[in-house]
Amino acid sequence: MDSPTSGVWEELVTTALLGTDRRTPPGAAPGREAPVALLNAAAMETVRRRAGLRPARPAQRPAAAPEDPRPPLPAPAAHRLAMLLADRPGTAGGGRRGTAPDLMELLPQWLATANARGFMAPPEALPALLDAARGRTDLRPAALTFAGPRALWLARLNPDWRFALRATPGGGTSLPHLDDTDKVQQLWQEGLFAERVALLAAIRAHEPGTARELLATTWATERAEDRLMFLDSLRTNLGDEDEAFLEQSLSDRSRNVRATAAELLSALPGSALAARMAVRAGACVAVDHTRDTPTITVEAPHECDAGMERDGVVAKAPAGRGERSWWFGQLVEATPLETWPGRLGGRTPEEIVALPVTDDWQGELHAAWCRAAVRQRNADWSRALLGAPRAPEAGGPGAVSLAERAKLLSTLGTDERAEWVAGFIATHGLSEAFQLLGVCDVPWAPQLGRAVVDALNIARDAGSYPWSFSGVMGLAERCLSPSEANRLDGLLAVPDEPENASPGAGGYWAEAFQRLVTTLRLRAAMAEELGAEQEEGLRGLA
Amino acid sequence: MTQQGVRWTADQVLALAPDAASRKAGSKLGAAGPWSEAGSSDEGTLWGLCKGSGSKPYQTVIDIADASGPAYKCSCPSRKFPCKHALGLLLLWAGGDGAVPPGKAPDWAEQWTAGRRKRAAEKRTASAGGSPSGSADPEAARRRAERRAERITAGTTELEQRLTDLLRGGLAAAEQAGYGLWEETAARMVDAQAPGLAGRVRELGAIPASGPGWPVRLLEECALLHLLDQGWLRRDGLPEGLAATVRSRIGLPASADGPPVRDRWLVLAQYDRADARLTTRRIWLYGAESDRTALLLSYGAAGRAPELALPVGLTLEAEVSAYPGGSRQRAALGERFATPTSTSIRPPGVTTTQAVARYGDALRADPWLDSVPVTLDRVIPTPDGDSWQLADADENAALPLTPTARSRPGLWRLVALSGGAPVKVFGECGHQGFTPLTAWPAGAGEAVQLC
Repeated sequence: MDSPTSGVWEELVTTALLGTDRRTPPGAAPGREAPVALLNAAAMETVRRRAGLRPARPAQRPAAAPEDPRPPLPAPAAHRLAMLLADRPGTAGGGRRGTAPDLMELLPQWLATANARGFMAPPEALPALLDAARGRTDLRPAALTFAGPRALWLARLNPDWRFALRATPGGGTSLPHLDDTDKVQQLWQEGLFAERVALLAAIRAHEPGTARELLATTWATERAEDRLMFLDSLRTNLGDEDEAFLEQSLSDRSRNVRATAAELLSALPGSALAARMAVRAGACVAVDHTRDTPTITVEAPHECDAGMERDGVVAKAPAGRGERSWWFGQLVEATPLETWPGRLGGRTPEEIVALPVTDDWQGELHAAWCRAAVRQRNADWSRALLGAPRAPEAGGPGAVSLAERAKLLSTLGTDERAEWVAGFIATHGLSEAFQLLGVCDVPWAPQLGRAVVDALNIARDAGSYPWSFSGVMGLAERCLSPSEANRLDGLLAVPDEPENASPGAGGYWAEAFQRLVTTLRLRAAMAEELGAEQEEGLRGLA
Repeated sequence: MTQQGVRWTADQVLALAPDAASRKAGSKLGAAGPWSEAGSSDEGTLWGLCKGSGSKPYQTVIDIADASGPAYKCSCPSRKFPCKHALGLLLLWAGGDGAVPPGKAPDWAEQWTAGRRKRAAEKRTASAGGSPSGSADPEAARRRAERRAERITAGTTELEQRLTDLLRGGLAAAEQAGYGLWEETAARMVDAQAPGLAGRVRELGAIPASGPGWPVRLLEECALLHLLDQGWLRRDGLPEGLAATVRSRIGLPASADGPPVRDRWLVLAQYDRADARLTTRRIWLYGAESDRTALLLSYGAAGRAPELALPVGLTLEAEVSAYPGGSRQRAALGERFATPTSTSIRPPGVTTTQAVARYGDALRADPWLDSVPVTLDRVIPTPDGDSWQLADADENAALPLTPTARSRPGLWRLVALSGGAPVKVFGECGHQGFTPLTAWPAGAGEAVQLC
């Protein structure tokens, strides 16, 4: 605010700073009374200055935030959001969680449902929402979708929220309309790196061919790091039309660009690279019929020639691995799985996986097939490699690790995945199931939910403490279908303690189950407030 | 008010929490899990059993119908007030998902509410009966008041001496003197029974470290302190209103003896300021019919929440009486006739120019006033370099935000609410700038708390 300026006041401040012993205040006699005269004059000036305040000159007013056409949240849902956002992690006393639900953990689901229903975020909640997304990167996509255009407007005003501009394609700038060829060309030629990546991603999402052609126009002049990022954006909507461009990139100056091009090509089973790899890998693997049972024999490559290197095979093995098995793994991984039945006597994937392998090559071969099945999203091979969930070897450390199994599961359909994991849990219990549960769709299918609850019940009766299962318990709180809540009522009471149980375990289990039920009810209430059918609304979060 | 009345929102419930830890703990208990046998009656009683760590659940009762604000009782040992169980029960009820069904109160809850209401009724009849409570001996009271006035006079004289010494040596020297000098002087003012002076003196100590421009601020505050001293020493010659202002600024107790004004009071804002000794809660009310803005103050010991809590955005039908003094801002809440209800009332607003003029006017009655309550109409939060201002949408004028308001999270809620469009903002407007406390969106919508 502007105060009326006057020389009198300036003079008073100067005198006060120096002291009346050194300087006589204006209009007063030096001596004992000088300080009082100064105070009198200053008091009058202070009140005068305050009473005469004028408003300040306005700065450039910000441009209005873009219109958000989505409907506002129903009032109960808005209040729920405020409560979820008020529950910030790290403020609790730590330790045991008691029976209350972990609200922050429910935020992802709430956001997914609100987004599915297409609601607009309440403006006053945006700061808390952005702060939450700032602290948790996994929340960002859903939080920013929900926060909408006004959040980006807000993020431009606060450096703490810059991440929102980076995370949203074109958030930092406004992308030109993609049909506007001139503008697109101009931004592509002159834009900053981030803007160009955003532009390429936006075009690739709608017209894959146009994006590739745009990239090809400047490819030769891009820096190596930029080429890598641009090439990576072709991962979206990858198709056979991209082969020629990728094939050409196999001769790129940069090793990382070559490797990425090879990886992309190997995900195209019809590509020339895939065919070359199939020939190389086929030369290494054969079925030996001279034994009692047909057996797969492996003859790993003896050298990594220039052709292999050009096709993305990394010649130098990591420490502790034999060179030949390292090359072999890469060849099999990049080979289209469809070629194996023809190569191995017309057998089905199941039959091939069941064949014995000579000389301890089974681990290497099966691991490479797993990687190939995941990369090529091949459900038949995934099924074969996963095996039966109830098989005894499925529980232990077999050829296929838990992490690999989780990846294989993700290539299967929702129901099949849930069924496999349910079967696995029913046979092997929960101790190994956490990773597998993580890839199942939310809310869990009925048979999967039942398998988890039954397994928890068995674990309780076995007398151990519930925190050995806190990971699965936490997942269940978020993923179990809310309609299961009623079936859990019997588990809420504190059971009689069996003789060999850990002391007090029963009480802690009852507490854990209470929290589970409370959380399920809360999720049902959340979905209802958002007007969503539970099954529909809470899906889509794994 | 019955169950059919408004349920509170979660925000309003959480505003009752004495501190952040209780707010957190309360929201955790705001779910059905730990509760059993919860219910609510038409008379406005909530009850429930909350399972704690022990074997016996805590019994929690809340009387939300009481005209003097919600009352709580819980069998837990917590000394916080309201405790987390009471907050949890209120949240559960506010959540409205049927976890607190209507019903008949159990005996333990019924006994407590009945007892409370009986005591309240007795108190009302007693105070209606007449005899103003106070000392039986008016002569002794007069002598006590005289002795206190003498002490204050001695105190102000001593303070004047300190101020003249300071200015004789120069403020530059005060920068080196630091807190110690002022703390000691403040203690002398406490001895002189002038807590108002003590508070102002203590604040002087912090000014030299408050950044650029401190000599101006220090001179201003010294001069205003001098003005207050002189006001006290010459109080007999002042007009009655100004003399009352001086007495209350010095720190003499007064009673709210203004005529009670019955109105529908909109709760504009509520916020706490805590120092080492005391938590001060300020609640701004706006009377829909009287068009008056009133300030309620309530105090709590350090670390404890003051008892009075009103949910922002609701109106309550009540009587309010002003304290003596020129500006007549401060008031006391008298009888309440109903529990708060939700409302669409918004206070009428003014332009930024009018807001500044209003502060200038108010200084006539109280030159020590730091700010006045103002509602601004159609202002746009606007970034201004490192700072922010509220720019008038229709005039070429703006109010800068105070330094404290700039660093509060409420600023971002205000900016988000506005989105570059004009909003209505209530706050305090003074010589340091504007402190936004509550805002309303341009269209329909609830009040948003900014403090």
